[in-house]
Amino acid sequence: MQAALTAFLMVSGAIFCFVAALGMLRLPDTIIRMHAATKAGALGSGLIFLALAVFYQDLSTTLKALAAVFFLLLTAPVAAHLIGRAAYCTRVRLSPRTWIDELSHTCRWCELQPSCDPPESPDPVPPKQAATAIPEKPSETRR
Amino acid sequence: MGTENLLVGTTAMISLVLLTLAILLAFVRLVMGPDPADRIVALDLISVLMVSYLAALSVYTEERTFLDVAIAYALIAFLGTVALARFRERLARRQDDENK
Repeated sequence: MQAALTAFLMVSGAIFCFVAALGMLRLPDTIIRMHAATKAGALGSGLIFLALAVFYQDLSTTLKALAAVFFLLLTAPVAAHLIGRAAYCTRVRLSPRTWIDELSHTCRWCELQPSCDPPESPDPVPPKQAATAIPEKPSETRR
Repeated sequence: MGTENLLVGTTAMISLVLLTLAILLAFVRLVMGPDPADRIVALDLISVLMVSYLAALSVYTEERTFLDVAIAYALIAFLGTVALARFRERLARRQDDENK
């Protein structure tokens, strides 16, 4: 029973890690690739640590494995947020199928230079956005 | 007991192989990545995969020490990712200021 549970958790975690790496290779855009790296990677390594906790069945090892899972779940969003911010602020090329970019009309360094001009060539609003029925929030409040 | 050890050993070996392939795939993105942000994301994923690899290796070799290694590596890798992301952002901001 214990061996079966360990085997199941370990193989499923490894499969999730592999899918994360596959998504890293195949997905079209930096921001989209971060989904694969953060979510699937954290889930896969969390499952492998759970397999380790089930395998040893020993208080100190189990607590260490749970602490490692907690730490991974704590740091993955922080790292993803920082990378995403850096990617967006350096104007990384977005996928051509992107049709909502809610920050496109703001200045990207606005927290340092509150009065700076908007970027020289703001991304044009794609026509799809006007055609969809999603209610737009009033954009005056963002300034 | 023998068959259970065989089961865990076999699945640990399969996991190690899958994780190795995953690290190779992420490494391809690390080499290819058109933007530095892509490389930072790939490096972050590689470090997470290395932590998983160490955990799977701990089960395969039945050596508990690898768990401590994995935890220490996760701490250092997080610091590295944060430092790289902030460095990238600050570099771009400085270049933007020079261009004005």
